[in-house]
Amino acid sequence: MAYEEVLKTLEWQLGSRILQSELGEDDLSIRVNVQDWRSAAQICREELGCRYFTFLSAIDWLVNPDLSGEKTFSTSTQAPDAAFTIITDEPERRAGGTSRFQIFGRVSDIESGISLTLIADLDENDLRAPSWVPVYPGADWHERETWEMFGITFDEHPGLRHIYLPEEFEGYPLRKDFPLLARQVRPWPGLVDMEEMPGADAEEDFQ
Amino acid sequence: MTATNGFDQRAAAYINAQGVDGRVNVELVADDGMTINLGPQHPATHGTLRIVVHLDGERVVWADPVCGYMHRGYEKLTEVRTYPQITTLINRLDWLSSFANEVPFMLGVEKLLGVETPERAQWIRTILFEMGRIANLMIFLGDMGVQLGAITPVFYAFRDREHVLNLIESATGGRFHPYYNRIGGLKDDLPRDWIVDTKLTMKKVRDFCDEIETLLMNNDIFKTRTKGVGVIPKDVALGYGLSGANIRASGVDWDLRRDEQSPLAWSHCEWKVWTHKAGDSFARYWVRLQEVRESTNIIEQLLDGLPSGPFRAKVRKIIKVPAGSTWVHTENPLGELGYYIVSAGGLGPHRVKIRTPSFNNISILPWLLKDMYVADLITVLASLYFILGDIDR
Repeated sequence: MAYEEVLKTLEWQLGSRILQSELGEDDLSIRVNVQDWRSAAQICREELGCRYFTFLSAIDWLVNPDLSGEKTFSTSTQAPDAAFTIITDEPERRAGGTSRFQIFGRVSDIESGISLTLIADLDENDLRAPSWVPVYPGADWHERETWEMFGITFDEHPGLRHIYLPEEFEGYPLRKDFPLLARQVRPWPGLVDMEEMPGADAEEDFQ
Repeated sequence: MTATNGFDQRAAAYINAQGVDGRVNVELVADDGMTINLGPQHPATHGTLRIVVHLDGERVVWADPVCGYMHRGYEKLTEVRTYPQITTLINRLDWLSSFANEVPFMLGVEKLLGVETPERAQWIRTILFEMGRIANLMIFLGDMGVQLGAITPVFYAFRDREHVLNLIESATGGRFHPYYNRIGGLKDDLPRDWIVDTKLTMKKVRDFCDEIETLLMNNDIFKTRTKGVGVIPKDVALGYGLSGANIRASGVDWDLRRDEQSPLAWSHCEWKVWTHKAGDSFARYWVRLQEVRESTNIIEQLLDGLPSGPFRAKVRKIIKVPAGSTWVHTENPLGELGYYIVSAGGLGPHRVKIRTPSFNNISILPWLLKDMYVADLITVLASLYFILGDIDR
């Protein structure tokens, strides 16, 4: 089954619940509403035969305070300002979307080699999504990790608790506004490698 | 879905009460069985994984793995490093197959950059990838014996693994953490006489496989202790996202080396994907043993057909990756390792989601260990074969 057919099947099954889709060379990304997050997975599993669960995680689309664009490494001792802009451009965001937090999960049908990424936008003031555990039991630990690292609650998850960090840990480490204190205290020494040689034209400088 | 989730309210209450750092080894609960800690320092865990096991006599009522003793926050660290610097981090995910961890990341960055990596580099990458697989799985083949009480096989395994590590060292300069891949190719070409030496070593590895087969795998005690123990049905394995030899031992004929379009050189040689129907601990051992043999075949064929040419493409010294996102995964020794790389057009990635095989392979434990006898617990842990750095990232 080629990806065009997969997309057609999904469009027929999900209809207007697909907000946007992006067909890559050998990849497919589908963005749905967060309310349809579980039903979309169910359809992938039952109608497309995607019985293999690959992963589930989230992205914080705030501009990375340390390494984005032309910026070099941050050497300031201040915690990054929370009023950073959100990346909304197309090439970064597969299948679009404008919210700060997106969850994305990947499932495959290993017999036909079809795999696709499901994406959903989250409301920043109400970070919750339906759990995938009833559909894919393997999502259990991935959702625990996402909850711990981003603070996203998964409804009907059988037990959201910490997986890596201690119980008393505060904050959500993979959010962009969570400061990486080691870098705040001491700038990354790898910065030295990135300095251009005086007089050298970086554009012509090859390995 | 037949699989029920292994989570148990009592397990959560117990772990919350103890805290993750609780050091209590035996907790006796009146007329409700016994809760003990397996690990964190147990040799079967290849690192520091703690499993809280609640026992009723010798039967496991529930088991709950506690990860995080080695959590290093790699996904956060990738966001403050440049692409070449990330190689040193991902080297240490699954520390027994460092080379194999580097390759999919490099392929992903090259895909985003649009760099055409020379064919010779891809072939050498494939050869060293397979050598990493041999070095990794040899540990498993010997170590499984130790977990079951047979000490000798592990000495044989370490003895013969040394030959493979020496070859990796002479090519890359590092025994465990090669850091040999560069964006667009390799650090260096292969040294002189390396190909001849490798061919000799591959014979030694095959001899080792024969030896371990007669010494350990065909041993009656080994068979009795592993056959029918820890059976994972196909459907459950798929739902939990098991990969690698674990899923092939459950009868799923799936190997990314064969089933995924890849610039690496596997499609250029003749080899076979081994599967086993049983899904038990013995099947997982058997599949991995065949995989080591198959890897030696792949390496020999690749050495014979190694193309000449440059080993690295021309890439700028300061690497700025254009905005975009990509997903690249390969069949690593432990299973499917994938990177979802999101670039916002800077020196470093915006986000890297690392999908490690062990994390998914281990998430099945609460389901699998339920109602098992405590004597089989170590067998199952050893046969699932995980490396802790791969779980905790």
